[in-house]
Amino acid sequence: MPGLKEIRKRIGSVKSTKQITKAMKMVSAAKFRKAQTRILELRPYADKMNSVLSNLAGTVETGHPLLELRPRKKIEIIVMTGDKGLCGAFNTNVMKAAFKLIKETREEGIEVSVSAIGKKGNDLFKRRGVVLRKSWVGISGRISYLNAQEIIGDIIENYTNEIFDEVLLVYNEFRSALVQKVATARLLPLSPVKAAGAEAQESMADFLYEPSQQDIFDKLLPKNLEIQVFRALLESQASEEAARMTSMENATKAADDMIASLTLQYNKARQASITKELMDIVGGVEALKQ
Amino acid sequence: MENNLKLDIVTPHGLVLSEEVDEVAATGTEGEFGVLPGHVPFITTLRIGMVVLRKGGNTEYVFVSSGYAEVSPDKVVILADSAEKSEGIDVERAKAAMKRAEERLRKAEEIDFARATASLERATIRIQIAESRKPR
Repeated sequence: MPGLKEIRKRIGSVKSTKQITKAMKMVSAAKFRKAQTRILELRPYADKMNSVLSNLAGTVETGHPLLELRPRKKIEIIVMTGDKGLCGAFNTNVMKAAFKLIKETREEGIEVSVSAIGKKGNDLFKRRGVVLRKSWVGISGRISYLNAQEIIGDIIENYTNEIFDEVLLVYNEFRSALVQKVATARLLPLSPVKAAGAEAQESMADFLYEPSQQDIFDKLLPKNLEIQVFRALLESQASEEAARMTSMENATKAADDMIASLTLQYNKARQASITKELMDIVGGVEALKQ
Repeated sequence: MENNLKLDIVTPHGLVLSEEVDEVAATGTEGEFGVLPGHVPFITTLRIGMVVLRKGGNTEYVFVSSGYAEVSPDKVVILADSAEKSEGIDVERAKAAMKRAEERLRKAEEIDFARATASLERATIRIQIAESRKPR
């Protein structure tokens, strides 16, 4: 049994760990709320964009290169993780899904190139000896629309140069503060834009377009992609903070349990030592009497 | 004919502005255009530039980087990559960006020319709006 002093020291250290995890939980909660608001702020923009796109889809040629299905010879898989750890299984889940997807695609005889967004994914791929086509690190925490534009710019360039024929994005989809789900989304080729119903079409029919409808449609498609990536970045961020919140909450609880059991142990040890001392004294007195 | 015009400026970072105005002017890719209530519905792409809105006797300028505008008789919706009201513009930052862009253009080695020009344009217009508030 460890001595009294050691137990007291351990209680102290667990207590300070608990304070750290508690503080981290609070910080994550704040960041999480911020990420959530940003997702909400994006919504009006995304909705508007979608409605214009689907209205246009009915009236224009939709044979845009970004919509064209090519034979899948080479696929780019982009994996989105966080830059930091201490968030439970958040990064591990994405990576597991990514490795599985890579393996399955390769088994189909399709060439795969991998890119990583986020430091954790980047590091783990490198450790496993996966050659990355491209990696973007250090953007979580201060995501801006420019990041999404940069990423999409690179992808579109390579896609139109036929470096790869399909682009998949593996990321953590945000469901709620408690539920995150790893999702795989196909970025390119874009799924065909559904033309809006006849009613909406009619209301759009009177519009003048400058430049032509076709030009506007073609210009909006990459924008639409940017938004998808931007949204994925924000969702991933929100999920990461939510996951961190939960795991820090658990850590704080575990610290509480540990403190309780250590305190019990401490009291037992203290009592044992008192009893022992008493017995020594009583024993001594008895010996003197004789 | 309707007498009011609602202007919404939306970016991926949220709603920048939503106001009733008398008149809106903006820079489309095919040239500048002005909108009064009752305008013919139309959709256009926008260049980096400013949106001018008049309300009562006041004129306000809003910086808008590329995007597009949807005009209906009683409503103008502008969707831009980024937008800032004149008081929200960080002049120091814009000046720094202008310097950087000029520097890059002068050296002109292995630079993305389009990007540098665009960034120069953005910076110039931001400064115009922020400083004089009476551009051009």
